[in-house]
Amino acid sequence: MVYLTRKCEFSASHYYYNPEVSAEENQRIFGKCANLNGHGHNYTLEVTVKGDVDPKTGFVVDLKALKEILNREVLDGLDHRHLNKEVPEFLRQIPTTENLAIAIWNRLQGKLHVAKLHRVRVYELPDLFVDFYGEA
Amino acid sequence: MKVHLTRRYLFSASHRLHCDELSESQNQATYGKCNNPHGHGHNYALEVTVSGQVDPGTGMICNLSDLDRSVQSEVLERFDHVNLNARQEFAATVPTTENLSEVIFNILKQSFTAAHLEKVRLEETMMNSFEYAGGAELRV
Ligand SMILES: [Zn+2]
Repeated sequence: MVYLTRKCEFSASHYYYNPEVSAEENQRIFGKCANLNGHGHNYTLEVTVKGDVDPKTGFVVDLKALKEILNREVLDGLDHRHLNKEVPEFLRQIPTTENLAIAIWNRLQGKLHVAKLHRVRVYELPDLFVDFYGEA
Repeated sequence: MKVHLTRRYLFSASHRLHCDELSESQNQATYGKCNNPHGHGHNYALEVTVSGQVDPGTGMICNLSDLDRSVQSEVLERFDHVNLNARQEFAATVPTTENLSEVIFNILKQSFTAAHLEKVRLEETMMNSFEYAGGAELRV
């Protein structure tokens, strides 16, 4: 079994706000991130897949196919978007890095016929990242 | 949904690797330059990984500012800009980065309870890093 990681970047804006609690409570929980005009990040996404090496090609996965799936399923919908306003998963869910990693996993799972998804890692900042392994 | 979150922090400290039970030449042979009498320093990078279920009300497994506050008060205030050999945590052990990883893990295990502490990773230099998960195997 070999693990392969593909890295890509996208830029998006967001804010953190839970409409079920007061503005003061949002401010307390989310601080600056609660500003409803939003702010943005350059995200780095690392997708790790695993599989056995094909004896003929020497590949775990055709990287070109993986790249196309990442572009189509993830980047086209997230890059240069406002996550709260344009991305269906976040119309009712706060676009934290945690939820973003889960959403990206769900977008890829099932579409990734070329290999088995192992981990989605999303860096919101160079010093902050989230890993999701598809665990309940 | 169980998610892992990692936050990275920086601190600088000095140490000298020296074991009182070894002779001078054995210390030299074991630790090399790191045994020089007046010590030396590093810019350490600490990565703290915690895990937990995502709270539907906040979208988070724990509030990042709580984690930052714990690491700041329990780890960085103890170890940033100090001589590790002079700290009581290393009264009986050599302040190698192996030992420092275990010490930091154990401190955070006690003081940060808002999420499950998975592991700490400590970079001593760009070339060396150490990970401790409380004795558990590391996850890829
Ligand atoms: Zn943000």
